[in-house]
Amino acid sequence: MAKATFEVPELTQYTEVPAIQPGAMAHSATFKAKEEFQKDLGFPGELVDDWQSKAIDKMGELLGRYRSLQVYMDACVKCGACTDKCHYFLGTKDPKNMPVARQDLMRKVYRRYFTWGGRLFPKLVGAEDFTKEVLDDWYCYFHQCSQCRRCSVFCPYGIDTAEISMAAREIMDSIGVGQKYCNEIIGKVYKIGNNLGLPGPALIDTLEGLEEDVYDETGVKVRYPIDEEGAEVLLVTPSADFFAEPHVDGLIGYGKVFHEAGISWTMSTHASEAANFGMFIGSYENMRRVAQRIREAAIQLKVKRIVFGECGHAWRVAYSFLNTLAGPWDFLDPRYPVPQHICEFTYELIQEGKLTFDKSENDDKVLTYHDSCNVARASRMGDMPGGQFEIPRAIIRATCNHFYDMDEDTIRDRTFCCGGGGGLLTDDLMEVRVKGAKPRLDALNNVIQEKGVTHMAAICAICKTQFSKVLPYYGMEMDQILSLHQLVSNAIVLTPGPDDEEEDEDDDLDGGDLDNDNEEMGDEAA
Amino acid sequence: MAFLTNFYAFLFYFAAFVLVSGLAFKIVQYSRTPAPLKIPTTPAPTKRSGVVFRMMREVVLFESLFRGNKWTWIFGWMFHFGLFLVTLRHLRYFMEPVPFLIQLVQPFGIYGGLAMIVGLAGLWIRRFYVDRVKYITSLSDHLILGLLVLIGCTGLLMKFVFHVDVVEIKTFYQGLYSFDIKPLPADPLLMLHLFLVASLMIIFPYSKLLHAPGLFFSPTRNQVDNPREQRHIAPWAKRLEQQ
Repeated sequence: MAKATFEVPELTQYTEVPAIQPGAMAHSATFKAKEEFQKDLGFPGELVDDWQSKAIDKMGELLGRYRSLQVYMDACVKCGACTDKCHYFLGTKDPKNMPVARQDLMRKVYRRYFTWGGRLFPKLVGAEDFTKEVLDDWYCYFHQCSQCRRCSVFCPYGIDTAEISMAAREIMDSIGVGQKYCNEIIGKVYKIGNNLGLPGPALIDTLEGLEEDVYDETGVKVRYPIDEEGAEVLLVTPSADFFAEPHVDGLIGYGKVFHEAGISWTMSTHASEAANFGMFIGSYENMRRVAQRIREAAIQLKVKRIVFGECGHAWRVAYSFLNTLAGPWDFLDPRYPVPQHICEFTYELIQEGKLTFDKSENDDKVLTYHDSCNVARASRMGDMPGGQFEIPRAIIRATCNHFYDMDEDTIRDRTFCCGGGGGLLTDDLMEVRVKGAKPRLDALNNVIQEKGVTHMAAICAICKTQFSKVLPYYGMEMDQILSLHQLVSNAIVLTPGPDDEEEDEDDDLDGGDLDNDNEEMGDEAA
Repeated sequence: MAFLTNFYAFLFYFAAFVLVSGLAFKIVQYSRTPAPLKIPTTPAPTKRSGVVFRMMREVVLFESLFRGNKWTWIFGWMFHFGLFLVTLRHLRYFMEPVPFLIQLVQPFGIYGGLAMIVGLAGLWIRRFYVDRVKYITSLSDHLILGLLVLIGCTGLLMKFVFHVDVVEIKTFYQGLYSFDIKPLPADPLLMLHLFLVASLMIIFPYSKLLHAPGLFFSPTRNQVDNPREQRHIAPWAKRLEQQ
């Protein structure tokens, strides 16, 4: 069990709605971005002198830029339908983590400066001046929202707290109050090309290692190409896929699928990141700048299709925004949607009968599936609404014999966020992350007890990292979370390519390669 | 009584002006503000016709609220549907001749009035007894509920207990169309009822009652899920591309 400096909630059979505990999470403070990280993104380095009027001007600007913000500031009737829907409220009991109360942190400022009611009768309508205390509350609670959109499902007006969190973060960035985690990462994408700051040579090296590993394990040469001009498909995947567990097992799976499909593909050192943290901070300009890298890579590598790896918020930006931010994609093959999800890609091949699976390879596991929030509620896969739920499940059923869904109230568009999305996947927010994971883990624990589930598959880099980190707090094992394409990777039956046969012929002619292979096998055995 | 009649005539001209111009301003504001990104809450319809159907379910049945909270849905839907019937019933004061459908709806309007009060009472009770809802309630939420309850109660009292001369009321409103101010019955209940209704009309464009037009402009509900098929770009975002 991981050590915690805070009380880890106890799992319950069904997630109960707690009584409110005002101020329960008021101490949560994610690290602020230092000047250098702010400057990279075009934000002031520290709190500007006349921050209050600057912030109100910025709010006015955003109200004119985003219809969502303008309508959502006005429309809420405080019906309370959202109050028990946020995983952070359910896990922390802090009433300011109820979606409506989180929105009200901004709404009270909006009312004070932008409505007659708030200007004339602030007390009556709950309007407040934008004071330093209010700003501190903003920083605290707008960094306890993972922008998962669960609240927006149940709101009679579709009010999406994510829109408001994003706007609040953009306003704070514009007056010099940024979050270190998000802003430092975006800076890394600009300088190096991905969130983790892995330079090109490191990626190339890692992928060569992967090729060797897969060859050793399967005897089939599966390629993991990068920066290969003229490939059919550009794969854009979260940089965690390059080395973190269980992410990398997913990447191994993608490679095997491409191998079996016989479709040439490549990754890119320039666009070596699927995630787009520009969305988390609500900055259209930064989101666009990150997205443009994918366009540049696609042009440079002369690919015909773009496929995205497993990543939740990334898939939202890819599916819903990429055409807006970096389109039009008229130079790509018009027969395929741009971009495609790796699950759509794999699913299509399964439908066409081009993949063979030995499901017994996954018989040591009983699976459940976690719908990642932004895939579930902010995107789609395939032609039909809801394909984002059915396609990943169809892939699991094609590759595993034992699969059970979690409680209906906690999956599909009612899925709970893992607790680490939206720019909260940082150690300085560990308490929020652990407590926010409770509703998901209640449901997981339930299928573990009742159905004997051993593993949960996910298609999001944040979910995977978050669960590996928080599962131990609840007495579970960190490796109970898997990449969906890891299941594909385990079960797929690989066809030896011409390379592999050549290898054999070479072996007959020259014992050199064989010796090398034996050495490597010996290393592994040792 | 001439003073009261004149006062109410002025009040309703003013209230109607505020309601219409205030709502028109908000509707123009909402429709002119771009929605730069595709943000429908998915699964969402992939065709415009599907979106119309989704919006109809939201407007008529409160589908999302039904999924969110059954008690709030029951009371909220009762109130709104009741109010709808009551409004239809009241149209007879504003139309001559009274259309057949409005004649037909008259008795249902009374049930609507009762349903409205029960619904409002349920919603109000939640604001005291559910700690989460209590936390998010501000004074204005209570006042708006109180206003609506009082409007309903004064109306029902006039129907069932203290009858007023409805023919004279109709004459008064018909007169307002042609700026011909006819006497209004000097009944205290009626005075209160009409004053509260005028207040409701005045606060409508400046309060949370904007949820009514707001729903139609909510991008999470009214957008088509087709971002890969059709490029969606706002004018201000387009300008970024030309830089």
